[in-house]
Amino acid sequence: MLAGAAGPAARWGIEYQRSVGEFFGAERMVAVRSAHIHCDGEALGEPGAAFLEDWARRGARLAIPMTMDPRSTDPGRAREIGQDDAIVAEEARIVGALTAMGAIPSNTCINYQTLDVPHLGERLAWGDTGTVIWANSVAGARSNFEGGPAALAAALTGRVAEYGFHLDEHRRGTVLVEVEDQPRCLTDWGALGALVGRAYPDYWEVPVLTGLERNPAPDELKHLGAALASYGSQAMFHMIGVTPEARSVEDAFGGEPPERRMSVPPGALAGLYESFLPERGAPDLVVFGTPQLSLLEFRRIAEGLAGRSVRTTVFLTTSAQVRAGADDYGYTELARAAGAVVLTGVCFYLMTARELARTRGFRTLLTDSAKLANTVQGYGYNPVLRPTDECVEIAVRGRFAA
Amino acid sequence: MSADERLVLRGPAGYGEAIEAEALVSSDGFSARYDLDHTTGVISREAHELYGQSLVGKVLVVSTAKGGTATGWRLFDLVERGTAPAALVFRATNPVMVQGAVMAGIAIMHRLVPDPVEAIASGDWLRLRPADGEIDVERRA
Repeated sequence: MLAGAAGPAARWGIEYQRSVGEFFGAERMVAVRSAHIHCDGEALGEPGAAFLEDWARRGARLAIPMTMDPRSTDPGRAREIGQDDAIVAEEARIVGALTAMGAIPSNTCINYQTLDVPHLGERLAWGDTGTVIWANSVAGARSNFEGGPAALAAALTGRVAEYGFHLDEHRRGTVLVEVEDQPRCLTDWGALGALVGRAYPDYWEVPVLTGLERNPAPDELKHLGAALASYGSQAMFHMIGVTPEARSVEDAFGGEPPERRMSVPPGALAGLYESFLPERGAPDLVVFGTPQLSLLEFRRIAEGLAGRSVRTTVFLTTSAQVRAGADDYGYTELARAAGAVVLTGVCFYLMTARELARTRGFRTLLTDSAKLANTVQGYGYNPVLRPTDECVEIAVRGRFAA
Repeated sequence: MSADERLVLRGPAGYGEAIEAEALVSSDGFSARYDLDHTTGVISREAHELYGQSLVGKVLVVSTAKGGTATGWRLFDLVERGTAPAALVFRATNPVMVQGAVMAGIAIMHRLVPDPVEAIASGDWLRLRPADGEIDVERRA
């Protein structure tokens, strides 16, 4: 590949991977089964889009399957949402170029719940931190955070440099987390992830959670992982008796006693919610779906809205795969009839959030996602975090206070 | 400038060409997407220690690389816009920041001794030699 026998794109890919691998002291390259690329227009900008188009024009072809992360816009709805036509055009360029190379325009951050479910021990090159932490922790597959160019390089070469979470030594627990405040709803699991991520904000930290009284549902693990990755840049966690590399505390720590401990005392989860205070009495918008809603999450919100009307802007964001089911089973219609806006293939914080704040006057954003409450702060929002059912009630009331 | 006002930090080889520029230091982490207005190069997260400060042309010295995989593209975008830092120094970085720096051609180093966040002050003049894993610090703060 370095000599260019596999084409110029694979040669670029392998040279790029060698530079990154050398930084982390990788000793060899290893094959990966699939790649997942973070490639929204807002992140790429003009130079990123031009870079992809250039490779597509030069005939670059992917060596392995590659799925795509959510987009910055739902093209048919951009005007209604208040987005500029420019983002629609840029998104079309990116999707066109990647699809020409052989990527699947899946536009989803929950590929692991729908169209590419990973399993124990397999190697992947995934981007979007939420997908990586799920693959490493819940599935026991192996991936580092692969940023856009890195995922593309891996898809072109079919391999990655072996460092980080491809190696056993980085997959062992680094801190024991004793949970004494039991999560009771989906958002509580995100809040738990936020607390632990904030306490150890480092990619190389691997928290080991113990003391939990209930085996969480897949969507709860999704929100826990997404929050650990968002607040802590963490790529892996263990949960004793739940995740596959943690049958016991000893197993999770590779036979060594834990060096550090953290406690999540009673009241800690409530404290996390209280760190997100509304500046005004009414939310400017309510957003469900970071990560994108699963069918079960979608149904819960839709049934909560059934036969009622929302009194503020409400967005539900999900994938085309979940949307097809929601349409078939009538959940989409329930949400729409209540006045909610159902968006496909997007995630709110990728949707030119800074520009929307300007054009729509968005500032106070209510969500049931701890991850979204974190990420929108960088775009000048005032996030408020509440459990899902409470978000539904506030959306219908149009005000925080009952 | 007396000898004791100079300091050398050492660590593993980093990525990029040798470069010199002024330091901008924080014990907070850094995400090129969530902490930064990419159109201006100014830190835009209100809770960030460097809120309102520009990192354009500076060596950003911070504790950790935070946040998502967007950084892989974002640094490339910053270079094209003219809003990029001159170099990045972390206590310990995650892979995405390195992937983004390699894509953008921005020098990046980490795991240096003594701890760069403690040893370097904003305003100090830094000379980075990534291939040698060394940074010369000249006190100006």
